[in-house]
Amino acid sequence: MPVDDSAKGKSFPPFEYEVGKEKIAEYARAVCEDNPVYFERDKAKEAGFRDIPAPPMFAVVYSAGAMGPAITDPEVGINLMAMVHGGQEFSWGEPVCAGDTITTTAEVADISEQDGKGFYVFESVSKNQDGDEVVRGTWTNIVRGV
Amino acid sequence: MKQGDEIPELAVTPDKYLPHRYAGASGDFNPIHIDNEFAQQVGLPRNILHGLYSMAQVARANAAAAGGDPRSLRRLKVQFRGMGVPESEIKVTGRVREESDGTVIVDTEATQEMNKIIRNAEAELQPS
Repeated sequence: MPVDDSAKGKSFPPFEYEVGKEKIAEYARAVCEDNPVYFERDKAKEAGFRDIPAPPMFAVVYSAGAMGPAITDPEVGINLMAMVHGGQEFSWGEPVCAGDTITTTAEVADISEQDGKGFYVFESVSKNQDGDEVVRGTWTNIVRGV
Repeated sequence: MKQGDEIPELAVTPDKYLPHRYAGASGDFNPIHIDNEFAQQVGLPRNILHGLYSMAQVARANAAAAGGDPRSLRRLKVQFRGMGVPESEIKVTGRVREESDGTVIVDTEATQEMNKIIRNAEAELQPS
């Protein structure tokens, strides 16, 4: 039976995330970032940031609240027990800094089938409080045995 | 950075409790990452690293290669394949595929021993 692709194009409500200095530090420590710009406001400003910047891959933290409902949406129909995260792409724009409010929207970009596996591709766009794009994400989830 | 250049290798060994710290930092508490018994019950060798943690190491290695400014990393695309595990050294390597007008494309990957945990990755850099 072919994979149900009727949710292709579906978009989900925006999710707002307020970026905090201590959350950036917690994330930076967990991924072994030691650049002082992630921990010291003076160093961040010296380097030309508005405030303490988030490491690029912090995108997963502020995007999570938008991606969760998309991936678990019953109309998308992913069997979560058989799902693996197959691929990920981010394109970065304006840096994200402590104090920013980031709004992320997600949509189903594609659903397809290959070799008995379902490929569910989501796209997310995140913007800051000024409307500047901070990151664009492509999330590929692979489901075995569709 | 010129075509054919290798980027400096990044080596990092995630300790036994790293997946717990990454779970807290990222909000991803999937038990396959933090519960060894659960992971084995579902057929994995042990609890496994979060793929996005390993991707963060690839991001870090490539930003460092571009001079260390995180703004130099413009784009990163990866495929997650072999599973990463704690308590084993991750090595991130890469080679410049092309360079033009200040934009550098790096073919990059992450391995643990012989196991490629991130492959076919591509980083776009604008070194400062």
